[in-house]
Amino acid sequence: MEQPSSHLKIRRADGVSVVEFADRKILEELSIQEIGEELQQVVESEPSIKLLLNFKNVDHLSSAALGMLITLNKKVKEQNGTLKLSDINRQIFEVFKITRLNRVFEIHETAEEALARFQA
Amino acid sequence: MSVPSEFGVRESELVELVVPNDLQSAKKLEDRILAELARCRYEPDVTFGIKLAFEEAVTNAVKHGNNNDASKQLVVRYAVNPERTVIMVRDEGRGFSPARIPDPTRDENLERPRGRGIMLMRAYMTRVHFNQAGNEVWLLKTNPRPGGPCSS
Repeated sequence: MEQPSSHLKIRRADGVSVVEFADRKILEELSIQEIGEELQQVVESEPSIKLLLNFKNVDHLSSAALGMLITLNKKVKEQNGTLKLSDINRQIFEVFKITRLNRVFEIHETAEEALARFQA
Repeated sequence: MSVPSEFGVRESELVELVVPNDLQSAKKLEDRILAELARCRYEPDVTFGIKLAFEEAVTNAVKHGNNNDASKQLVVRYAVNPERTVIMVRDEGRGFSPARIPDPTRDENLERPRGRGIMLMRAYMTRVHFNQAGNEVWLLKTNPRPGGPCSS
């Protein structure tokens, strides 16, 4: 299942919604806002959602994007869902480490590893 | 204000550009600076940090300093040489006090969605200097591995 969307590619795998970003760079304020809104809709449409954000297409990030992810994480938790992140490149993972957000998010090296953890 | 003396570039080396207060215009400036970094053979990790810090400075200026007001302007000054990059971003706002932004890496602040821009600038840059009013930020990155002279 793939939903048409300007910023996100969404598919289902073993009961998990796997989201990939169509933009390589999640920077522009407008895109971040739109991506955030699209993700909120995905979360709202499925209580207890298992959501995996795959960062394989992302090679840049901003503090605004981090803020969007934090807000999303709160929303997922409110709905008793689970959010995991995967395939974050080295430079971007460094941003997560510097901000200590690697402690807030559950980050896996690969989507396969993250999907396996959803089933564990 | 003029370039902080410890940043190691002369006023005459700085290129000054004035653009409308929007992120698309700022993006064009960013592309010019990135082209300079490529010309001066900066490594990808260093370029990544400069780009990130510049974007945070610009986003703060456009959104917070100039309040997304399209009638306002951004002033950017920059100099790139093999040893260092200096960038200044100024908005028309009243400024702010960077010291009053809470440390976003403290446990109790980790889940706050905002307040990471300045700490990211400080993390990636060698020096970050605000003017007294707080509407002008100077970024310095010394190049840890200069790749020789810039190509023409």
